[in-house]
Amino acid sequence: MEGYEVIFAGNNFIRLLSGLWVTVRISLISIGISLILGFIMGTAMTGRNPFVKVLCRVYLEAVRIVPQLVWLFIMYFGITRLTGLNLSGEAASVIVFTIWGTAETADLVRSAFGSIPIHQFESGFSLGLSKIQLYIFVILPQALKNLFPNIINLATRMIKTTALISLIGVTEVLKVGKQIIDANRYEAPDAALWVYGVIFLMYFAVCFPLSLLSRRLTERKD
Amino acid sequence: MKTFKKITALLSAALIALTATACTNNSDKASSDDDQLYRTVDEIKESGTIRIGVFTDKNPFGYVDNNGEYQGYDVYFAERIAQDLGVALEFVPTEAANRVEFLETGKVDIVLANFTVTDERAEKVDFALPYMKVALGIVSPDSDVITSVEQLTDKTLIVVKGTTAETYFTENYPAIKLQKYDEYNEAYSALQDGRGDAFSTDNTEVLAWALQNPGFTVGIETLGSIDKIAPAVTKDNTSLLNWINDEIASLADEQFFHKAYDETLADVYGTAVDKESLVVEGGVI
Repeated sequence: MEGYEVIFAGNNFIRLLSGLWVTVRISLISIGISLILGFIMGTAMTGRNPFVKVLCRVYLEAVRIVPQLVWLFIMYFGITRLTGLNLSGEAASVIVFTIWGTAETADLVRSAFGSIPIHQFESGFSLGLSKIQLYIFVILPQALKNLFPNIINLATRMIKTTALISLIGVTEVLKVGKQIIDANRYEAPDAALWVYGVIFLMYFAVCFPLSLLSRRLTERKD
Repeated sequence: MKTFKKITALLSAALIALTATACTNNSDKASSDDDQLYRTVDEIKESGTIRIGVFTDKNPFGYVDNNGEYQGYDVYFAERIAQDLGVALEFVPTEAANRVEFLETGKVDIVLANFTVTDERAEKVDFALPYMKVALGIVSPDSDVITSVEQLTDKTLIVVKGTTAETYFTENYPAIKLQKYDEYNEAYSALQDGRGDAFSTDNTEVLAWALQNPGFTVGIETLGSIDKIAPAVTKDNTSLLNWINDEIASLADEQFFHKAYDETLADVYGTAVDKESLVVEGGVI
């Protein structure tokens, strides 16, 4: 069998697509929740309460220091050992990616608001805008413009990092690819290049629209 | 800011250490308490499903074929276990790196994933009787087949870093020159290009490769210490362990693992390979 035939042999292509769906589903849910929680946390970090600031900072650093793989093992195996609670691999993945995504989003939100020069606030107030008006018409548009590319960057990073979840028993697209390559290792030893090629295109198909979206959203603000 | 970062790092390290110790404490407790994480044979039968951890990309031992079906030598045995227990079978995809954790947390009842018995692993999980064995093999070109280790003196032997082959030859045959590679495919290309005189790794690996690559022969099929491959269960799950041991012993009557070999490994290893160099029947090496 030739390498390229492997892609469409049996159910292989369908399996790759359903593997991709697992990847996309887990990433999108995690990114969605991360954006909401990250905005709340990021706003809290720009506030004046020192206790909240320290708490957020500790959380952020703790999430960053520990590799995602370790978090996945803690959430999937550690929690079961500790409490007997048996999370599914997918649930554990969503929780870990949300914990990570929230921390990163919060930091991006914090720096986006932080980068707005103080005179923007002052000028807004001196024009007689209320605090809410100031944020809606002056601060948010500028902050979001800085924020979008970074958020999209984070999202694509999260999508690619989901390749790790096969280590807690979730079969995502890259794992399906490895299974297909291995199942055909004797009949089609050169299948690897083709399978990885298809997976490359699949990741691209998911990540590229995000980049386009980010570009359009930032252009509109000009 | 720097001190602040240090403090947070310290705090999070402490947090992680705390979680880690909490984990070990709990697993110590789990074995003595009622809240054990594994399931006994009765509990498995009652639930109607057994969960068995297998590899999904280790052809021909455990893999998923082009139709999405689990196949292989380990899978063949797993299906028999479920059948004899009278329960449905749920495959759980495992990796070499997480087989022990899956058992320790009771997320699978049995691991059948080409699991080599080692002392270190035996402290964490309980191994049943072996159903396969693996040793080192040496593959070399037909033009100059190596049939005894003595022939290799002053010649170059290719090995893959971190494998048993590397350790074995370094310790026992320092006179043999070793050429080391990171990946299997690099090692095989080196052999094909004639950069070394022979290549050694697990016999299961070289036997399968030689069959696919005419012009190369496995001159030495079994070398070094023989490693046992066995099913593993969660530590202290004696009821399931005993059940598997009885099962393996009784399957010897019908030469079950010879049949498993014929069904799953014969295509890969061909007729040239001596079945007895891989198959273990009734747990007797």
